[in-house]
Amino acid sequence: METAKSHFFSDMSVMLGRSMRHIFRSVDTIFTVCLTPIAMMLLFVYVFGGAIETGTDNYVNYLLPGILLMAIASGVAYVAYRLFLDKQRGIIERFNSMPIARSTMLWGHVLTSVVSNVISIAVIILVALAMGFRSSAGILSWLAVAGILVLFTLALTWIAAIAGLSAKTVEGASAFSYPLIFLPFISSAFVPTESMPAVVRAFAENQPVTSIVETIRALLSNQPVGNDIWVALAWCIGISIVAYAFAVRAYNRHSAQ
Amino acid sequence: MEKAIEVKGLKKAFKGKEVLKGVDLEVKRGEIFALLGSNGAGKTTMFRILATLLRPDGGAAIVNGFDVASKPEQVRHAISLTGQFAAVDEVLTGRENLIMIAKLRHLAQPRQVADDLLKRFGLTDAADRKPSTYSGGMRRRLDIALSLVGKPNIIFLDEPTTGLDPEARIEVWKIVKELADSGTTVFLTTQYLEEAEQLADRIAILHEGRIIAGGTLAELKKLFPQAKVEYVEKQPTLEEIFLAIIGKKEAV
Repeated sequence: METAKSHFFSDMSVMLGRSMRHIFRSVDTIFTVCLTPIAMMLLFVYVFGGAIETGTDNYVNYLLPGILLMAIASGVAYVAYRLFLDKQRGIIERFNSMPIARSTMLWGHVLTSVVSNVISIAVIILVALAMGFRSSAGILSWLAVAGILVLFTLALTWIAAIAGLSAKTVEGASAFSYPLIFLPFISSAFVPTESMPAVVRAFAENQPVTSIVETIRALLSNQPVGNDIWVALAWCIGISIVAYAFAVRAYNRHSAQ
Repeated sequence: MEKAIEVKGLKKAFKGKEVLKGVDLEVKRGEIFALLGSNGAGKTTMFRILATLLRPDGGAAIVNGFDVASKPEQVRHAISLTGQFAAVDEVLTGRENLIMIAKLRHLAQPRQVADDLLKRFGLTDAADRKPSTYSGGMRRRLDIALSLVGKPNIIFLDEPTTGLDPEARIEVWKIVKELADSGTTVFLTTQYLEEAEQLADRIAILHEGRIIAGGTLAELKKLFPQAKVEYVEKQPTLEEIFLAIIGKKEAV
């Protein structure tokens, strides 16, 4: 007898196709995701930027990595929202009573999140280019930036999956993303950490956003990435693994209560 | 294998509260079996266990020859679930819903399967609309059509006519009867006694976690004192009046 596992990839592509349709039938969600980060970028560049000392003459270049992370943090909230609806409306039950590998449903949502975040990031980079963002990075550095952003998206998406699967209300499903969206503020994303009080600075320098921001910034400006890239990778992969384990647990608990 | 479903001493408790207290029942192949019970009797729990969505605490449930707890995947190949808690996708159109399920059942020609089912259930015109634009009856037909993708041997219908108007209900009954005629085993739950009377070959009554009576309608009737002949003026029910008027209107 054929097993569910032998169809893992074809089942997953059906699930991916399903949630991609959900995304493309509400394209406005992608633009809503872009809106706040773009507004932040405008605000910081044209209002606060003149007063901020970063040691670079191009503040857009300094700012962009943090803005991208912010966009991802707000983008993944939709995964939580969609998973919550699937759970509430009972479509998960239909899938679970069929002979398909259970995790394909989660993977479908997660990969869709990666695709939609890639689109919002592309939109934001285009806006940044219009605002004067310039990069001397080569193709390899850009690939490295893309890789780190995808890993960061995966990490946050699995956190979003936990929230969506264990939430009791729609509001609860997306509430988790607010602290994540806020995290870049207490990092080197907008201003260098040197000016912060000791305690805040200690937090800012050791939380994941700073190492990721520093890595992307160094890659985009052709500077040596140093240790930051390993710290950044460790954070992204570590969070992904832990969050994945909890998301699968939340999924199984929901399916077999 | 004559029995489609065999349940012995099935037990399930939630947070210390016993919902199923040792349920025994058998469903024969190709019959329509109705599980009757009021809200909270344990019907949904029973269904979720048989559909491999929930693990029993004790006892055994064999569906299509496989134990639900130890061989859930084989059970899933044989069954399909419809109703209350197995939804349709609201964003996809009716046709896309059917194609998606056909692909997940790894059928060779998902589009053809979808077209055939749309035709069979009178949904061809609505195929490219979202289910949110459907009437209650159309939704239920789509729901049942989704369950028939891949021709499963056993179909679970959870309260198939709850919330439907009388016409749509009669339509669903017709579909269920046709299913059973084609050899599919139908296991349904209902709160409507009339529904069980109309459809079911055999009926079991679940009450407070136990089957308190079971058998054919004739057997159940025997549990009561012999019918005595009484003269009663036969008044039409409101449903009969409603259907008669609607029917007349359509005939004009």
